[in-house]
Amino acid sequence: MENNEKVPLKKILLICSKANIEDVYATLVMGNGAVMEGIEAKLFFTFFGLDAITKKQMEKLHTSTVGNPGMRMPGGLPFPTMLGGLPGVEAGVSKMMKKQMDDLDIPPVDEFLELITAGGGEIFACKLAMDMFKLTKDDLHAEVKDVITVGDLYEMCDGPGTQIVFT
Amino acid sequence: MSTKTIAGVEVNLNDEGYMEDASQWTKEIGAEIAKEEGIELTEKHYELIEWIRNKVAAGEGLTIRGIGKSGVVNAKEFYGLFPGAPLKKATKIAGVPKPTSCI
Repeated sequence: MENNEKVPLKKILLICSKANIEDVYATLVMGNGAVMEGIEAKLFFTFFGLDAITKKQMEKLHTSTVGNPGMRMPGGLPFPTMLGGLPGVEAGVSKMMKKQMDDLDIPPVDEFLELITAGGGEIFACKLAMDMFKLTKDDLHAEVKDVITVGDLYEMCDGPGTQIVFT
Repeated sequence: MSTKTIAGVEVNLNDEGYMEDASQWTKEIGAEIAKEEGIELTEKHYELIEWIRNKVAAGEGLTIRGIGKSGVVNAKEFYGLFPGAPLKKATKIAGVPKPTSCI
């Protein structure tokens, strides 16, 4: 028999493996949005995504100006990949993006993490990637709850209405 | 849209239960909507509701970040006052439209 019962989303696990501004913020916006709606949210940062929760790197995130077909000049003209490779261009574009986000009241990464945990969301780091990049818990932002294995992550996926999203 | 008598006043509500006319709001109406949401309003709640109503009246958007910097509560206290979905609940109780913010 077909079951048409709708199960509302109760818990979401978001995995972020990249350090681009847009990848990190997709995770943060979705995580914070879940917490705002009363949905249990757990954010898991792995590989280059660790930059987003590493004290030394979190305020220096960049967006890629090379190999990014969505990249355009102000005004909408195409952004030549060659130009994107010139020194300083990526830094300038990233600075501009951060300014645009700030204008929309989107917080910087550390404040965003604090907003998420204020609402009961939890932030985790991947143990394997931490070992690979030779990082310790002390290198991470204070809002990071724990360094966990993939097995620990799956254990958190119990209960109906749980989803995993890889951003 | 529907009408409902809350705390002795007939108010217009939209499909989601938000008041259509913020000027109809009274503290008693706020208390009754809060009760339906399972919240007993305290002085702190009222202080924040007033702040929210002033912001909305001034045409400014509401975000959790903004409320966390209101000087009335921080973000964590806001979640404590209106557990679950704080921005939605607080605006419903304050008699203002549901915010459209993603952050």
